[in-house]
Amino acid sequence: MKFAVIEFPGSNCDHDFYHAAKHALGCETRFVWHQERDLSGFDVVILPGGFSFGDYLRAGAIARFSPIMAEVARHAKRGGYVLGVCNGFQILTEAGLLPGALTLNHGRKFICADMRLRVETANSFVTRGLEKGRVITVPIAHMEGRYIADEGTLRRLNGDDRVLLRYCDGQGAVTDQANPNGAAENIAGILSEGRNVAGMMPHPERVVEKALGGEDGLLILNSILSRAA
Amino acid sequence: MTTIVRHMDELAPVTDTQTIERHNISPEEYERIRSILGRAPNLVELGVFSVMWSEHCSYKSSRKHLRLFPTSGPQVIQGPGENAGVVDIGDGDVVVFKMESHNHPSYIEPYQGAATGVGGILRDIFTMGARPVASLDSLRFGAVTHHKTRYLLDGVVSGVAGYGNCMGVPTVGGELVFDRCYNSNCLVNVFNLGLARGDAIFKGKAEGAGNPIMYVGAKTGRDGIHGATMASEEFDETSEQRRPTVQVGDPFTEKRLLEACLELFKTDYVVGIQDMGAAGLTSSSMEMASRAGTGIEMDLARVPRREKGMTAYEIMLSESQERMLLVARKGTEEKVAAIFHKWGLNADVVGHVTRDGMARISDGGKVVVNIPAAPLSDQAPVYDRPAAPPADLAVRQELDLDELHQPVDLTATLLEMIGSPNLCLREWVWRQYDHQVRTNTVQKPGSDAAVIRVKGTTKAVAMSVDCNARYCWLDPYEGGKQAVAEAARNVACSGATPLAITDCLNFGSPERPDVMWSFIRAIEGMSEACRALDTPVVSGNVSFYNQTGDDPIRPTPTVGAVGLLREVDKLVGQFYRNEGDLIILIGETFPEIGGSEYLSVIHGIERGAPPKTNLTAEAALIKTLIRLADERAVSSMHDLSDGGLAVALAESALPPSGGGFGFHVKVNTGLRPDVALFSESQGRALISCPPDKLERIVEIIADAGLPGEVIGRVTTSEASITINDAPTVSTTVAALHSRWSGALPKLMGGGAVGH
Repeated sequence: MKFAVIEFPGSNCDHDFYHAAKHALGCETRFVWHQERDLSGFDVVILPGGFSFGDYLRAGAIARFSPIMAEVARHAKRGGYVLGVCNGFQILTEAGLLPGALTLNHGRKFICADMRLRVETANSFVTRGLEKGRVITVPIAHMEGRYIADEGTLRRLNGDDRVLLRYCDGQGAVTDQANPNGAAENIAGILSEGRNVAGMMPHPERVVEKALGGEDGLLILNSILSRAA
Repeated sequence: MTTIVRHMDELAPVTDTQTIERHNISPEEYERIRSILGRAPNLVELGVFSVMWSEHCSYKSSRKHLRLFPTSGPQVIQGPGENAGVVDIGDGDVVVFKMESHNHPSYIEPYQGAATGVGGILRDIFTMGARPVASLDSLRFGAVTHHKTRYLLDGVVSGVAGYGNCMGVPTVGGELVFDRCYNSNCLVNVFNLGLARGDAIFKGKAEGAGNPIMYVGAKTGRDGIHGATMASEEFDETSEQRRPTVQVGDPFTEKRLLEACLELFKTDYVVGIQDMGAAGLTSSSMEMASRAGTGIEMDLARVPRREKGMTAYEIMLSESQERMLLVARKGTEEKVAAIFHKWGLNADVVGHVTRDGMARISDGGKVVVNIPAAPLSDQAPVYDRPAAPPADLAVRQELDLDELHQPVDLTATLLEMIGSPNLCLREWVWRQYDHQVRTNTVQKPGSDAAVIRVKGTTKAVAMSVDCNARYCWLDPYEGGKQAVAEAARNVACSGATPLAITDCLNFGSPERPDVMWSFIRAIEGMSEACRALDTPVVSGNVSFYNQTGDDPIRPTPTVGAVGLLREVDKLVGQFYRNEGDLIILIGETFPEIGGSEYLSVIHGIERGAPPKTNLTAEAALIKTLIRLADERAVSSMHDLSDGGLAVALAESALPPSGGGFGFHVKVNTGLRPDVALFSESQGRALISCPPDKLERIVEIIADAGLPGEVIGRVTTSEASITINDAPTVSTTVAALHSRWSGALPKLMGGGAVGH
C-alpha cells in the first residue's frame, strides 16, 4: 500500500506519520505539499496532526482551502482511504468530509496524555484488526479535541455504527471521569458514511514501538494493511 | 522611553545628560562612545550602544568571571560565543544546545513572556543548522500562597505550551520550584537541544565583501523596543506598565521560519545567519560584522514593517519576533527568496557586507548610523564590580540539630513531604506540553532525566536541568558545585554519559556586592565541578537584576546537563520494576540537613550549611551508574537529592502513569532517624536489581571505591522503612500516590483530571 502524508504549513506530526508508515509498516510513503493537486497512485491519504496555518481562526479552518483538499475529497469519493489524526481530524470536519466539529477542550488546556480507548466497531479500515470492545492505549495531544455534533448526527453515527473509538477507563467503561476533553458521548474518532474516511484525536503513530511506551498504534495502522475487511 | 524619543531629531548629536541617562548609559560609557566615534552619537546610535552595551547583551558585569568556566574538551565542537554550543555525539552527529532566560518579560506578561522565551531559544538552535528536538523548562515562582503565583504559573505554562506545542518541538522535562524569594521576580529558563550533522553547522558571521544581507521572516513592528534594556534593570512599582516592551509571539510564523531555514541549509547559499533576538536588528547585524571582522551597509527603508511611520530608532531597536538576518552568497538572492516564499515568508535584501569595518545604516538615503562594528563589541565596557559576602552569611549557616525536635510520626512526615509543593507530582505542568511529538521521547517527563532517541541510530540523548537556590543562598560555592553534580548525576541515572552543560545564571543586581560575591562563588563552584566531571560549559546566559527594590532573588545558577547513551536499549528509569528486586543505596549519608527540603517543609527553617559535594566521589558514582546500565545489571536507578533517602525511595515507587511497586527497607545507622531519612548528602543513588545480579553489582561498586549496601527489597504495595529495627515509616504506595499526585492540581484549583 502506498501512503501520502499531506503537509500543510504548520503540520508537525507529518514526520512522525511518515516514520510510522515507512519504517513501522514498511510501506511506500511520500510527503505531499498542500499546494499539490495530484493524489493518483496513493492508496491511503494521511492528514497529520499539528497546527496547520497556526490553527488561526479555528483549527483546520484555513487548511481546508488548500489546493490539495479538493483532491483529498476526490480521493475519498473514489473510495480511497483517508485518515485524519488530531489536526487532520479537525481539517476533515472543516472540509465537510466528516460530520461534527472539534472545539476547545472542556478544561481549556492542552492535554498530552495516554488515553484508554474502547474500540466501538471492527467494521472499518482502521479497526478491522481489532475486536469490538477491546481497550487500547493511545495518547492524545490537543487543545481543541472536544467532539461535538447535533443530536441527529450523533444518532446517525451511532445507528450506522460509525463511532470508531470512545474514551474509557481501564476496564472499558465509558465514563465522564474518563472523558479528557468533554467530547460528546466520549467520542474520540468517527467514520464517514462510506466508511473510508476516518478521523481520530488520538495519535496511533506515536505508539508503534515498545521504546516509545507502547505498540497499540500498530493495531490501528496494521488494520489499514489487512485487506480482510 | 520610545514616546519621548519619537519627538526628538534622530540625527542631532545627543549631549544632554537626561537622554543619556534614560538609555542607561553612564557618563564613562558615554565618553567611551565619543572616543570610538570621534564625535557625539546621534539618537539612533545612542540607542544602538544602549542595547549593545546593556547588561543583557554585553555581559559587562559577568564577562570577567565567565572566563573561569572550562569550555573545551575533545567533545566540544563549539563553545560559548555563538548562538549555541555544539557537542559531538559520535558518527558525525552533533547536539546543539543552550538555555535562555526570559524572566522579566514573563513576570510582566506571563503567557507572551514565556512563549517568546521558547521562540527565542528555538531560533538560537535552528540558526546553527540544527533541528530542535527537545525542550526543558526550569520554572521558579513565589510561595504557593502568594497572590500572583497561580496566575504566573498558569500563564507561563500556557505560554510554553502554546509556543512549543505549535512548533512541534516536544517539551520533555524540566523543573518547577516555589520559593518566596521569587514572589516578585519569577524565573523562566528554557533549554533546547537540536540535532545536526557536524559538517553542517552554520554560524553568525557576515563574511565576504559584496555578499547580500537578507532579512527573512516576520515584519518589524514596534513591539519589544528596549526589551534588552528592561532585562538589565531591577523591577520597581512601575514595572507592570512596561507590558508594551514584551514581545508577542507567533509560533506559526516561527514554524515556517524553521522549516524554511532547514530547507535553505541543505543548499550552499548561506554564508552566515543570526537570529534577531534581544536588541533585534541592531545586535544581529553588529554581531555578525564584528565576528567576521567586516563591515555592513544596510538600508532600513528596505526592512519590511507592519506599522506605518516607524522611525530608524524604532526599526533598529524593535524586538519583533520570528526574524532572521542572513548573509547569502552573491547571486543566490532569488533562490534564497524562493525558499522563504514557498513558506509564505518575507525575504528581502536589505544591504551587503563591506570591507571597511563600518556599520553604515541609512534610512532611505540619509545615514542614520555610522559606527565601527568591531569596537562596538570589543570595546564594550567590562566591569569588575565590588564583591563581598553577605553580612548575615554566618547567621544563615547556623544550625543546631539538637534544637530541632524530632517528628513523632515519620510516616506522616514523609507523606507531608511528598505532598509538598516542591516535591509533588508535576504532571499538571507536563500534561499541557506535547512531550511526545517527533516520536523520539523514550524517557518521558517525571524521571531523573528526559531521554530522546536519535532516529536512524542506536543512540539517545539524556538531559536534565537542576539548581538548588537555597543551597546557593547558604553557600553559593557549594551550591554551584551541587547544581552541576546533580544535573550530571541525573543524566547518568538514565545510563548516559554526561558530556557538557549549559547554564542560566539568574541573580539580583550586580551592583550589589553581596550579589556579585555570590555570582563569583557560584561560578567558581560550578567550574570546579565541570572540571571534575568533565562536563565543560558550551553555552549559557546571564540574567541579572532579578530583584524588586532591595530584594534580590536567591542566587539561581540553573544548570542544563546533556549526556549520550550509546545504546538506547540500555536506558534505565527511576521506577522499581519487579517485586523481589533488591534495593541498594550507593554513597554515604552524613548528617547534612542544612538547607534541606525537610527543614523547610517540616520545620519552616531555611538555614544551615548545605551538603558538601565531594567531586571525587561524585565522579566515581557517575562512572558506576553508567557502567551498571551498560552491563544491564539494574532495573532502576534514581538520584538522591531534595528530600533525601526517604523521598527517593517513595519517588521510585511512583511512576506518573500509575501501577508502581513498593519498598521494604531496613536502615542501620548512627544518625537520628529523621536525619537518616531526609539528609541531602550528595553523591548518592538508589538502584534496584534482580537478586542474581547482586554479586556483579557489588563488584562494580567496590571497584569504584564507593560504599554500597543492600537496604531492602521491592514489594507489591507496602511502603515501609525500619531504622535500627524500629518500624519508622509504614504506609502503602496508594497512600503515597494519593498525597503526591493530588497536591499540584489542588493548588491550581483544577480538581481531578480525567485519565
